[in-house]
Amino acid sequence: MSDTTEISEERASHGPGHRRPRFGLSGGDGTVSTGRLVIRIAVLGVAAALALWAAFPLVNQGNWIGLGILVAVTALLFYIYLSPRVIPAKYLIPGTLFLIAFQVVPVVYTVTTAFTNFGDGHRGTKQEAITAIQDASVRQVPGSTVYVLSIATTGDPVSGDLVFLLTDPGTDASFAGTAGGLRELPAGAVRADPDGKIRQAQGYTVLTIGQAAARSAEIAAFKVPTRAGALYGQGLSRAFEGAPQQTYEAGCDCIRDAASGRTWTADESDGSFADQQGQRLAQGWKVGVGLRNFTDVVTDQEIRSSFLKMLLWNFVFAGGTVLITFALGLLVAITLNRPGMRGQRVYRSLIILPYAMPAVVMLLVWRDMFNTEFGLINRMTGLEVNWFGTPPAAQVAVLLVQLWLGYNYMFLVCTGALQSIPADLTEAASIDGAKPLYAFRTVTFPLLLIALAPLLISSFAFNFNNFAGIYLVSGGGPFPPDNPNAGATDILITYTYRLAFGGAGAQYGFAAAVSVFIFVIVATVSIIGFRRTRSLEEIN
Amino acid sequence: MTATNEVVRLGSARGGWLRQFGWRHLVGLLALAFSLFPILFVVSASLNPLGTLSSSTLIPPDTSLENFTKLFGTTSFSRWFLNTLLIGVLSAVLSMFVSAAAAFAFSRYRFKGRRIGLVSLLLVQMFPQFLAIVALYLIFAEITDLYPAIGLNTSWGLILLYLGGALGVNTWLMKGFFDTIPKDLDESAKVDGATHSQIFFGIILPLVVPILAVTGLLGFINTVNEFLIASVFLTDDSAKTAAVGLYGLISGERNANFGVFSAGAVILAIPTVVLFQFLQRYIVGGLTSGAVKG
Repeated sequence: MSDTTEISEERASHGPGHRRPRFGLSGGDGTVSTGRLVIRIAVLGVAAALALWAAFPLVNQGNWIGLGILVAVTALLFYIYLSPRVIPAKYLIPGTLFLIAFQVVPVVYTVTTAFTNFGDGHRGTKQEAITAIQDASVRQVPGSTVYVLSIATTGDPVSGDLVFLLTDPGTDASFAGTAGGLRELPAGAVRADPDGKIRQAQGYTVLTIGQAAARSAEIAAFKVPTRAGALYGQGLSRAFEGAPQQTYEAGCDCIRDAASGRTWTADESDGSFADQQGQRLAQGWKVGVGLRNFTDVVTDQEIRSSFLKMLLWNFVFAGGTVLITFALGLLVAITLNRPGMRGQRVYRSLIILPYAMPAVVMLLVWRDMFNTEFGLINRMTGLEVNWFGTPPAAQVAVLLVQLWLGYNYMFLVCTGALQSIPADLTEAASIDGAKPLYAFRTVTFPLLLIALAPLLISSFAFNFNNFAGIYLVSGGGPFPPDNPNAGATDILITYTYRLAFGGAGAQYGFAAAVSVFIFVIVATVSIIGFRRTRSLEEIN
Repeated sequence: MTATNEVVRLGSARGGWLRQFGWRHLVGLLALAFSLFPILFVVSASLNPLGTLSSSTLIPPDTSLENFTKLFGTTSFSRWFLNTLLIGVLSAVLSMFVSAAAAFAFSRYRFKGRRIGLVSLLLVQMFPQFLAIVALYLIFAEITDLYPAIGLNTSWGLILLYLGGALGVNTWLMKGFFDTIPKDLDESAKVDGATHSQIFFGIILPLVVPILAVTGLLGFINTVNEFLIASVFLTDDSAKTAAVGLYGLISGERNANFGVFSAGAVILAIPTVVLFQFLQRYIVGGLTSGAVKG
């Protein structure tokens, strides 16, 4: 997408022997009006300012790769807009940059994530996992002192380094604990309440309750190293000496529990610590797992059965939606598309009204109309169907909603297509004595299909991933009692969403693998479909 | 055809009209009823002073604007609505612009990588942005650290994100329209000394304004209806779009808030319904040539 090969065409506007400037703030003909020069300088100036703005945080974080990319992109932009030669690139670059940043990179990231076990419990490095396990297993050292705690700092109350001012209630001795260790304070330097809580100390600023509360997360993570372990704050007024029960031992590459003696050995292929029975600690780390996320779908008994069920329903849902909306839309279009019939316009503009309504809120309205106790549908029909309680009822309900939402669109496009079929074709058929239905079947319908096939394929592809259509109406439910992750109306994209953002702990790696599956399926269906309608060959 | 119809109508009895048109009107009315009853239901629920789902009927027993005052008084709806308009209008207009520019290059120039570019756009189109939702979320979590102004919980971040999908969705469609504009037009302008930007802004763009309007409108509606990414990205009450905010209103207490929710739904529908009626003629044309609304 760089150089134009149509330089000859470009040259038509320049006189013979006219030398085109290679660079400069001028147009293709070498001259430029002041106004456009100003605009160009302004636009590039804004680009430079934005680049500068973007550079500061990168420099602060020492993110040199990011900075390198930023500089390269900015240089590329300046080159493209200052050089008179790369004309197509001037028009392509804005969209392409966005496309790369927010579509291509995420897609590549998704695919690479699909080969990892990334997710809750597998986020960071092994070292981070070890730290987390040790911190989580801290228990009070038996027989150790519980100190009275005041939070203080040596600097500014908002951001200064934290200090724990501690009083031993047994001996009334005072200490200052920092990240470096514990130091006893001379008795005269401290003023404390009768219960031992230090109010003032020389060289330290004691935080007020409000100031301390604002830094509670920092305080919770703060610890003062001691011989037996470390001093940890318990709330804002007590501190105890604790030691981790579970510690990492490099020799066996394992985690050992001091009390029970159990060990969990690191499994590098799985990113977790597991004992002899295969029981894993909840905290693991992120590793590549190869194709496991993909093969799990086939080999893991539990995942396979629910995945296949979902896949099947996904096809039924997308195909069924296209079929019923097309059928009803076509029926209404044929019925109303009759020359001489009055009120066609009125019918049309009212029938397509749902198409103009915001779909998201109308999906929610439908969900509530299906509500068992309060819903309009049960009240009006006198039924007491628990619409989202049983799989068949829920499936009928979501399809019905899609019919309402989608048939208007099909009605519109069918009407358009019907009107574009030349009248003499159908007339010829009727003169030949063909019955109307026969003429429709043999002449009109095939022509319609040819015209509308690409739309039907797009509609299928859209509905295959119709997240809102499921998530907002049935929520994917009802769920079988043994599997809260895969419901009867779940399609793959709602399943993916639940895996990644549902309450049960994020499984980004597996969710990404399901995304890749969806992509492969939709791409296959679309390519086959478009091949058939020959849209692909129209690249000219 | 029309002439024979006239004869039939004048010559035959009422039964003839019924057989000819009566059943058609019956089907039309049924379709109308099916299309309109949920809309009627929302409108009357929004006017229903009791404001609960169980008391909402097709025809409200009593009408008041209480739900609307509650909507603006007790929820951040006005904020959500403004966010929706900002995100919708900006991302529709900007997407339109970047994809029109790209379509211009593809339609008017022959350059290295053109064919590959077009085919890869088709491919990209098959991998909708929201499929990469996990990666997008993780990337934007990173961006939030670096640049809070365009990170999670901001309208700007979402607009940038939607712009990423612009080329994939609209370029092919627009290239098709640009191809139908005769090349002679720009050739002769070029002979007169017009630069490429004068051709693009002065000749091509004005000729496709109706198409731009329709694709822009559909883009706007798609953005208003975008739920998946918006619900993951916008969790602060003040950053939400109307769709995400209204969803939050009735995800907890469905029965009690239904009236207020309906009032919000009605207000949210007004801009799109009005534009739709206004642009109906063009929309039908735009749809048949391949635009798909979400």
